[in-house]
Amino acid sequence: MSPRRVRAESDAVGRQDRPLRITVDGEPVDGVEGQTLAGVLLAADRLAWRRGRSGAPRGVFCGIGVCFDCLVTVGEDRDVRACRRRARDGDEVTTQSRAPGGLVDRNEPTPPPTEK
Amino acid sequence: MTHRDIVVVGAGPAGLAAAEGALAAGARVTLIDSADQPGGQYHRMLPEAYEATRPEALQHGWTAFQRRLRRVRGHPDCAWWSESSVWALERPDPAPDRDSDLDRDPDRDSDPDRDREQPRPPRVHVLRGPADGSGRRRTTLEPDALVLAVGAHDRVLPFPGWELPGVFTAGAAQALAKGERVVVGDRAVIAGTGPFLLPVAASLLEAGAQVLEVLEANTPRTVARGWSQRPWQLAAQAGKSGELAEYTALLLRHRVPYRTGRTVVEARGDGRVEEVVTARLRPDWSVVPGSERTLAVDAVCVTHGFSPQLELPVAAGCALRGTLGGEFVAVDDDQATSRPGVYAAGEITGVAGAPAARAEGALAGWRAAGGDPDTAAVRRLRRSRDQGRAFAERLARAHPIGAAWPGWLRPETVVCRCEEADYASLCRAAADPAGSAARVAKLATRAGLGPCQARVCGPTVAELNARLSGAPADREAEGLPVPAPHRRPLAQPIRLGELAAAPQPPHQP
Repeated sequence: MSPRRVRAESDAVGRQDRPLRITVDGEPVDGVEGQTLAGVLLAADRLAWRRGRSGAPRGVFCGIGVCFDCLVTVGEDRDVRACRRRARDGDEVTTQSRAPGGLVDRNEPTPPPTEK
Repeated sequence: MTHRDIVVVGAGPAGLAAAEGALAAGARVTLIDSADQPGGQYHRMLPEAYEATRPEALQHGWTAFQRRLRRVRGHPDCAWWSESSVWALERPDPAPDRDSDLDRDPDRDSDPDRDREQPRPPRVHVLRGPADGSGRRRTTLEPDALVLAVGAHDRVLPFPGWELPGVFTAGAAQALAKGERVVVGDRAVIAGTGPFLLPVAASLLEAGAQVLEVLEANTPRTVARGWSQRPWQLAAQAGKSGELAEYTALLLRHRVPYRTGRTVVEARGDGRVEEVVTARLRPDWSVVPGSERTLAVDAVCVTHGFSPQLELPVAAGCALRGTLGGEFVAVDDDQATSRPGVYAAGEITGVAGAPAARAEGALAGWRAAGGDPDTAAVRRLRRSRDQGRAFAERLARAHPIGAAWPGWLRPETVVCRCEEADYASLCRAAADPAGSAARVAKLATRAGLGPCQARVCGPTVAELNARLSGAPADREAEGLPVPAPHRRPLAQPIRLGELAAAPQPPHQP
């Protein structure tokens, strides 16, 4: 099976779900308010959305903003850590790839600035 | 010395206690965290939008935490800065022609005599706004003292297939389940070493996942020997032990096997994890041949201990100390670091869990604010902190990383996830006498040069390189600066537009 959100009706924390909708490469994806973009994507059964240098698929690894595996473009903002950014209704998310000649290589991240 | 300005970075158990301690000593406090809610990883809260009526269902020590939170956030002298990232610490520089030390040569940084005349802590550069957004507000704080309580993240050793989607750090699985009620899979295996395996298993079970196995890589003998030394110290950590006992009971109730001396040595799948290979390990973590078993899974959660987030302490110039479990910030009896006005608390000083982090934080905050060093309460905090430290040492002994773990690597195993540098490339670099110095190896393999800036692979690459080349990890290469593994002058990403925008005064609404 796959990642999913605990059903609100049976959730021990007693929560309210307010739906929101984002688009991912133009396709609508439904989530609930308060989720991170990574949470929305995972719960919609998208385990991977970024491609590494070899083209290998990547999604969430560390979940707390350390590994940068889950980077996406949100609107005009490139390289947003999906695990740290709360989704907002209407967010336009574009996936990124570091593969040379990959489908979306316009999103090749700029080289990190801190190494000489 | 009344009304000192204290900046606390990190609002987990240590940072929150530091804020409380500093406020109690009469200071003004700015409490900064990158998340939108306080609590850190340990007390990770549900989003406000969930309007949870029973949030305590997922928390330990919720009442005490809420009480502390109210005292801190409700205090008139406390400014709570959520969604705020400290992207740089700028040390006071005696040279008149410089106003920034962001590009300073690390050799100069290590000169202990440089800032003897400069007792002030570093300037704190903050970005305020949604994570990795553009147009966040840039501002600078100049506190009288700084408390760093930035915490740690999972250390994960590489194994074949660990880069497949569906392989998560244990912390990720925990954060998603606890923080937004997303469960990472339905058939999960949890593997690695340390007591953190248990709360992660508990979180997944609570969220309705099937946990097939919890695998502790260390053998029962190693674990028992580590925990049973000086057992009287354990009594002081009764809260922690009780929490662990609860998790163990939960595993029993769900009939989840907890196996020792076994781990995941490979993850396989087409585009996502579909199965794992587990194997029995000897005490040094070498694989027992023929003990491999294959198991169908859709999620793997791994942790091999914790890496402290050291970029801010290193930027502040704090000395580190080497321990069994790796490098941590060195602190004195009052949680003061080697730099004047800079204090440290929580997992960056040693991984000892939330109770110890709270004691360290309270002590750091109180002393940073100039509180009396010799009251009964302070002595109690020191005792509690010392018990925490003893607990940390015991933990490190019971759950070490076995020296033979590289035995499960293959030439094509990815070691640096960002740059996809494989084990073979590290071996090649190490075999070349010029290439074996850490700096050269890094440039030759690109390991550690990707977006995460070696936060994930750094300790692993350093260890492998030292072993493969037989040279110490900090060996110098001619013409290159000495390796400085935790040096990240930009502690968090900042966009050029934000850097170019004029800084704004700190305390406007």
